Amino acid sequence: MVTENDVEHIADLADIGMEPGELAPFTQQFNAILGYFDILDTVKGGDIPPHGQVNVMREDVVAPALPVEDVLRNAPASEDGFIKGPRVM
Amino acid sequence: MAGTLTFSPDDRFHAFLTTCRKTEYGDGPLCGIPVAVKDNISTKGIETTCASKILKGYIPPYDAHVVQLVRGAGAAVVGKTNMDEFGMGTTTENSAFGPTLNPWDDGRVPGGSSGGSAAAVASGMVPMALGTDTGGSIRCPAAFCGIVGLKPTYGRVSRYGLIAYANSLEQIGPMADSVANVSKLFSVIAGHDPRDSTSCARPYAHEPSADIQGLKIGIPNEYFGTGVDPSVADVVRKAIRRLEELGATTVPCSIPSMEYALAAYYVTCTSEASSNLARFDGIRYGPAADSKKAWHEAYREVRKAGFGPEVRRRILLGTFALSSGYYGKYYAKAQVARANVRADFLRILESVDVIVGPTMPTIAFRLAEKSDPLSMYLSDILTVPANLAGIPAISVPCGKSDGMPVGLQIMGRHFEDERVIDVAYAYEQAVSA
Amino acid sequence: MSGDQVIVGLEVHCQLDTKSKLFCGCSTDYRSDGPNTHVCEVCLGLPGSMPVLNKKAIEYAMRVAKALSCEVLEESEFSRKNYFYPDLDKAYQITQYDKPLAEKGVLEIEGDGGTKKVRITRIHVEEDPGRLVHMGNAERGRYSLVDYNRAGIPLIEIVTEPDMRSPKEARKFLNKLRATLEYLGVFDSEKEGSLRVDANISIKGSERVEVKNITSYKGVEKALTFEVTRQKNLIRRGQPIERETRHFLEARGITQSARSKEQEHDYRYFPEPDLRPLQVRSWLTGIVLPELPDARRERFVQQYGCSENHARTLTGELRLANFFEQVVAPDPAGLSAVAATWVADTLIGELNYRSMSIDRLKPAAFTGVLRLLKTGEITDKSGIEVLRIMLDQRLKGEACETAEEIVARLHLAKTSGDDEALRAAVREAIGQNKKAVADYRAGKAGASNFIVGQVMKMTRGRADPGELNRLIAEELQKGG
Repeated sequence: MVTENDVEHIADLADIGMEPGELAPFTQQFNAILGYFDILDTVKGGDIPPHGQVNVMREDVVAPALPVEDVLRNAPASEDGFIKGPRVM
Repeated sequence: MAGTLTFSPDDRFHAFLTTCRKTEYGDGPLCGIPVAVKDNISTKGIETTCASKILKGYIPPYDAHVVQLVRGAGAAVVGKTNMDEFGMGTTTENSAFGPTLNPWDDGRVPGGSSGGSAAAVASGMVPMALGTDTGGSIRCPAAFCGIVGLKPTYGRVSRYGLIAYANSLEQIGPMADSVANVSKLFSVIAGHDPRDSTSCARPYAHEPSADIQGLKIGIPNEYFGTGVDPSVADVVRKAIRRLEELGATTVPCSIPSMEYALAAYYVTCTSEASSNLARFDGIRYGPAADSKKAWHEAYREVRKAGFGPEVRRRILLGTFALSSGYYGKYYAKAQVARANVRADFLRILESVDVIVGPTMPTIAFRLAEKSDPLSMYLSDILTVPANLAGIPAISVPCGKSDGMPVGLQIMGRHFEDERVIDVAYAYEQAVSA
Repeated sequence: MSGDQVIVGLEVHCQLDTKSKLFCGCSTDYRSDGPNTHVCEVCLGLPGSMPVLNKKAIEYAMRVAKALSCEVLEESEFSRKNYFYPDLDKAYQITQYDKPLAEKGVLEIEGDGGTKKVRITRIHVEEDPGRLVHMGNAERGRYSLVDYNRAGIPLIEIVTEPDMRSPKEARKFLNKLRATLEYLGVFDSEKEGSLRVDANISIKGSERVEVKNITSYKGVEKALTFEVTRQKNLIRRGQPIERETRHFLEARGITQSARSKEQEHDYRYFPEPDLRPLQVRSWLTGIVLPELPDARRERFVQQYGCSENHARTLTGELRLANFFEQVVAPDPAGLSAVAATWVADTLIGELNYRSMSIDRLKPAAFTGVLRLLKTGEITDKSGIEVLRIMLDQRLKGEACETAEEIVARLHLAKTSGDDEALRAAVREAIGQNKKAVADYRAGKAGASNFIVGQVMKMTRGRADPGELNRLIAEELQKGG
């Protein structure tokens, strides 16, 4: 069982805001879904056999960058070629 | 010959989020054919939103690999189709821009998440469209809307430019009004792309063949068990008999790992999604984060306002499944479960050529019929195994139940997309004859 | 006494010197260009973009693994480290977690008590985040500006066991590691921001403190010395040392506790689904290592007759060692001895004083100075003057003169016995310093040194000291 506090903590980890009214129904749905996931406790086996390709790499060759206008076009705010972000200090 | 296509359809089912009224096209195998593209596939210069408010206004500066290929083959990309936000849903009701309606009954959903692409084809607006399939998102709407949809073998089509929901599960695939058109579109998009490290050098150059004489078909009892609507099961059984009449033999089989396949699927896709969707923070694209606020606070506001409830729910589930103390119980265990599903399918496909069953357990739901998330997840039970195993799977219309289309699902061995296409083609040719 | 035992372990991040970024083709040569000019959909984290691994970065990391005698894992993989920060374009860093490229290596250093082996825990490859500039102020609001040019630059992270016993040993390790990486041709220490270090430090018996954010070689010793003092003071006062993360504030030379919130990390690592695993152990056999610092040091002693100390200094940096060998190349037998002293003792000091890279001085130009010294055409003092002029001309971007040209222009050629100008200067000095002359006559020791000094001043140091002493004695006797 996860509590509303657990869901709040997870929301913080995921940087997802929650409305106060959402917490209770979210927690209840969360518990229903996690309850269903409990079937995984019955899974046997441990080693996952490898499959598919390995060592997929490219050569160290420089390719053109995007024009700086394209880089900044989708950014909500920019300043002197920099993209503007929230404060971190 | 190259030219310009005018496209102004009567989109009364809300299949499109964006339409291009005039589109130039070139020469090639798809010359002049209008092709619709699901809105989670990047199109240079055309808004690409994943049906999410958080990408409203986002104009990709580059084309997805498949879009380059489709354009290169002469097709006219006429618009971007509606979907469940970021592909998270089975009905297309989770679009931030309103649901798409089922062309067969506008009181019902078209299925999802590629519901816009399916409705665009089913309503005759385009003969073919690109969809994406993470846990059934091509096959479900194909079944619900009575069209053909292929989820290719994992790695056969480049995902470059597909806005990731669950990288290890999803593939871009063709949806069309006929198996021949699915095959035609697939031949354009399949093949290696060095920009997708999981893509394989397995191009597709195949003309569908209706000869299935001697084909061995496995019929898993789990595909006809509880939760599967009996009348849907009946329609599918009739279709299987038709395949037998065409020279195929059937053997019953069992997939024990089906018991936990859906849980493994949802743990995996939500985990990957929680990481994939973390980049939507309102800095490089999308609605602005409040730069006066500290970063976590600013992000939380943007992400609360920008993501719909199902997306937030899945991000939280995935975050939980990966978090310290729970990783072993959820994510790690889901990977073992997934390996078991894969092993089960590989084992069965050693003795049969294809595995056949219904695509969906029911016909299309009524709008707003499924309001509980878990019961919605349960309806994906028959489609997610192919994604977990990475095998090709096609849905082809096989009759009606209650006046609504039913899909026949054909799954095959890795990189034997040709064979599942042939089986679908044989069935389609037989019933249309 | 064991309560004073300092225990240090390092996590060193170095930029691998590839041409393109780790997961895309953007150029790594971004330092002189404007913000966000070296980015594409991949390193900007645009939706739908996918990483493709740069083979060269793995080749480079494998060279390091071999040079540090590491065990390369049969299979390694990339993982996502999930956290939010504006400089992290995808909100996860692609790094290696439980399956790193290599483990269990060793690097030998000259420790406090002689040669010691520092064990390497692991080596892995990861991408650098972008760069943040903090803007605004408390009144008008703060915000950040982001430049993603650095995002996606390949980094190698080298983690050591807690095997170092002093801040000085930590610095020695770092210097040796830097030299090794440069010799391997995988790293350029002169590129700004190419190195970052996190250090774990504890006093035996107490909790461990992690110091983050150290960005220079000297910074490591400074930060750790500060921590040793801080921690020992706490112990002395009977206060506990908290297990915590601290940031090094380079400008103030102190460490500061990171807020407790920042320490509650849950990175939710999981394998990167868009990249395939690596199986590169077999590459080891194909790697031919170049001569590494220890071997080169021994060779310098053997081949050039360098002292152990000079050899260590000269081979401690790739550029310096290369410079030395190029300088002496025209005449190894004749120039080695004078070159060792002049490069290791004089040139390094003059370069450091000017914060100048040795790349700015052509070896041939320096050979020119050494030749004049070697043949006795100029004095050591003039040699230094010529060298300073040469360096200043390069620093200011002026036309560069050869050593000969500078000597001719400034008349720095050493005076000789029959030099009338020198004799005149000696006479003048004797005439102007009656007291010193009197002292000399009275037999006071050191009186002639004063006169020598005066003449040196008048001749700007170009008088040969032996010759000068002879002339002074001669002139004083004349006067007697």
